[in-house]
Amino acid sequence: MKSLASRLLPMPMHSVLLLVSWLILNNSVSPGHIVLGAFLAFTIPLLVSGLHTPQPGIRRYGLAVRYALMVMYDIVVANIEVALKIVGPLKNLQPALIAVPMDITNDLLLTVLASTISLTPGTVSAELSEDRKWLYVHVLNLEDEEALIRQIKQRYEKKLREMFEC
Amino acid sequence: MNFYVELFVSILLVTGAGFVLIGSVGLIRLPDFYTRLHAPTKATTLGMGCLLIASMVLISFTKGAPSVHELLITLFLFITAPVTAHMLAKTALHYELGFTEKTKGKELAEKARERVSPADDA
Repeated sequence: MKSLASRLLPMPMHSVLLLVSWLILNNSVSPGHIVLGAFLAFTIPLLVSGLHTPQPGIRRYGLAVRYALMVMYDIVVANIEVALKIVGPLKNLQPALIAVPMDITNDLLLTVLASTISLTPGTVSAELSEDRKWLYVHVLNLEDEEALIRQIKQRYEKKLREMFEC
Repeated sequence: MNFYVELFVSILLVTGAGFVLIGSVGLIRLPDFYTRLHAPTKATTLGMGCLLIASMVLISFTKGAPSVHELLITLFLFITAPVTAHMLAKTALHYELGFTEKTKGKELAEKARERVSPADDA
């Protein structure tokens, strides 16, 4: 038997997120919006909790924040690199399709990793093998395949695993 | 309004617009679908970021109250952009769109399409 609290608030994190995004969306912290936001944050999870599939939660929030900041920094640096390559001579460009071995098999972690790869310019995750062991990545300008794979595994995958601890 | 605020906003707007423009230029210049995918999905993340920060600063100063809508736009952009890019790349692979001549690892496309590991013979 589930406790009363978990039946009334089946997804507490989602409720907080809904309330916060409602307030940001309306750009206001007036009592009226807080009441309306709280109502939405309370009812929406009740309606959709049946569709919810359990995912591993973040265990270490400090690492998550650091990961987000690191990805943002990478996006800025790599954006400038890609911009320079686009306006520069195209004949030096070496596009490539590579296969990156994956150690993680969890849906959520794979999604975050693939999205990170796609967000950092110069790489787009294109396809995942059915056994979830290989991620095919298209690279705009391949300089060193080994180094790129090492970077994806060390810089992103390892940190994600530490963050979720699985 | 403060001159320095205006200057800051203008610089952000010009840089942001510059990045978006480069993204579009890349769309024309790059040789095949896969490389073209990089230009608009990428060079624009920073461009959009600059434009959104400019909007945040400007509205906050003219209205006198902080404006935070833009944070939500950024968040949704960061969630949706990689998914779109991934779906486009995946679709291109399944439509067997050709790669430009010098692409390395073209033979992997077949494996990726079948969703098997690169070492498989099938």
